[in-house]
Amino acid sequence: MNALAARRRHPAAIAVLLLLGLLVTGGAYSFLAPKDANASAPTAAADDVAQGKDLFIANCATCHGVGAQGTKSGPSLVGVGAASVDFQVGTGRMPLAGPNVQAPQNKVKFDDAQISALAAYVASLAPGPAIPEEKYTTVIEPGTPENNKAIAEGGQIFRVNCAMCHNFAGAGGALTRGKYAPALEGTTPKHIYEAMVTGPQSMPVFNDMNLTPEAKQKVISYLKAQENETNVGGLTLGNLGPVSEGLFAWVFALGILIGCAVWLGKKAA
Amino acid sequence: MNENDTTDHGTSTSLVPASDAGTERLPASLIRGVDQFENPGLPPHVHRAADDDPAAAKRAERQVATMFGLSMLATLVFLVSYFAIPDEATFFFPGIGIAKTQNVVLGLSLGFAIFLIGIGAVHWAKTLMSDEEIVEERHEQASTPEQRAKSVAVVNEGVASTHLNRRPLLKYSLGGALGLFALPLGLQVAGSLGPTNIEELKHTIWDPKDNGGKPIRLMRDPEMTPIRFDEVTSGSVFHVMPETLQKYIDEGKHVLEAKAKAAVILIRLDPDLIKVQKAKDWGVDGVVAYSKICTHVGCAVGLYEQQTHHLLCPCHQSTFDLTEDCAVIFGPAKRPLPQLKITVDDAGYLVAPAGFAEPVGPSFWERAR
Repeated sequence: MNALAARRRHPAAIAVLLLLGLLVTGGAYSFLAPKDANASAPTAAADDVAQGKDLFIANCATCHGVGAQGTKSGPSLVGVGAASVDFQVGTGRMPLAGPNVQAPQNKVKFDDAQISALAAYVASLAPGPAIPEEKYTTVIEPGTPENNKAIAEGGQIFRVNCAMCHNFAGAGGALTRGKYAPALEGTTPKHIYEAMVTGPQSMPVFNDMNLTPEAKQKVISYLKAQENETNVGGLTLGNLGPVSEGLFAWVFALGILIGCAVWLGKKAA
Repeated sequence: MNENDTTDHGTSTSLVPASDAGTERLPASLIRGVDQFENPGLPPHVHRAADDDPAAAKRAERQVATMFGLSMLATLVFLVSYFAIPDEATFFFPGIGIAKTQNVVLGLSLGFAIFLIGIGAVHWAKTLMSDEEIVEERHEQASTPEQRAKSVAVVNEGVASTHLNRRPLLKYSLGGALGLFALPLGLQVAGSLGPTNIEELKHTIWDPKDNGGKPIRLMRDPEMTPIRFDEVTSGSVFHVMPETLQKYIDEGKHVLEAKAKAAVILIRLDPDLIKVQKAKDWGVDGVVAYSKICTHVGCAVGLYEQQTHHLLCPCHQSTFDLTEDCAVIFGPAKRPLPQLKITVDDAGYLVAPAGFAEPVGPSFWERAR
């Protein structure tokens, strides 16, 4: 019996064999496996739409289908327009991080060039809402009487169309079964416009014939003016109205009152 | 507390038994009670630090003076900051967020000013003022027979001097005046128990009679511009008022009363999703209009969830399903939202040819009649 045959029955032989098997399999995989679905665009594609298509197939097609026609996991994107893509991908809602009642705002996973490539590709599938022009997403600053009037009109439109879900100050509100209308603080004017015009998820569509681009600009200006102004009440407590104020009173005011009552009843040392 | 007991300050106190001193004033029924239970007396008096130790008393005095002094300081802060702090100033309140400086400083200073006066006074009473237990004797509650007799005599004399017995006309006319006077007080309550005109409860300004019999155009709220059929794309929500509202706005009178029952929500969804034929017929190719006034207590049901086709009322969470002609699928509402029949006129605008077929909003007694 030679040396190898003798060592065949060594207890460590099985461990060595396993290690060898793992090394061989792992090495073969890394040599032979297909390249990773890389999020970054291949340098060869020159056309924006083509680049967008590659990005789409790599990142979106699993749920939305190879031709964006939709699958069980995701709706069809034919006709949603560049505005939808710019909004959903630009606020990080897409690619969806995990299954949920609603896609929450998240870390943005693509840079601006990639987002516009994706938007161009989806827009090429069928006509849909376009990314809004700069002049309609410029915020009207308060100060002059005519600006103030525009902002007040924006507030009126907001209260009729938006405040029931998003709250009188845009602080967000609840819908049914775990869905919600998110708080609007910190959202860019462009994304607000796009959300209005595309009606993401549970939000209805406010197309440009319902609320004209000028009306949308006024609403956006109202929201930004609301964000930046000093609250005359002192503390906003999240602009949630009586609920947060009531909690504040129950916890702090009542707590102090009870403390005082206990102290009043105690005898001095 | 038994009237027989006091404790002597300074002497060692133990349970003091009841004395017989007041037994002749007790009713017979209670005399047995005096024998049955031994009076436990008051607990031993606990001395405070300020009673025994003059240094502790001085310390307490200084504490009270400090509190009053801080109160004075807080008042001065209030007086100065009222003028000194600019209106727009804000600062970061740790734990809560951005706060308006004027509000916080004025509030806290005034609050502390008054609070410190109070706790200063309480601390003074607790530490320095006398805290001996005192027993106040309870005297007989019934008056003496002579006092009772005197009171009765006075009342009788008073009654006799009114001449009510001998002059019945006075008596009856007084009764009539006072009795009738109860009616105006009750009339306010009885008179506001409900509307006298039930038809007004059923009427909304969507009634074509308010528009000379012509169909009424649907207008955007608040712009009051008419809505074309092709402007309502799939998934859109329009908040609608009738064109008859314009004359109320122009006159500036009763605008809110007119608006209150006229709020309508206009939604477009895929007509194949609508399961009720009447709902499809009363709309135009998937464009349907429903009253926005919740049939529960009357809040505006404006929360439309596009993907589930549900209308949610934010007040008590009544949920209406648009595919089932706004039937209630959750919440306290008991009736579906009334639908407004709409058609397209020759110019392409959406119009309501008839008003609502049933009263809108919450229930009322006469609703079925």
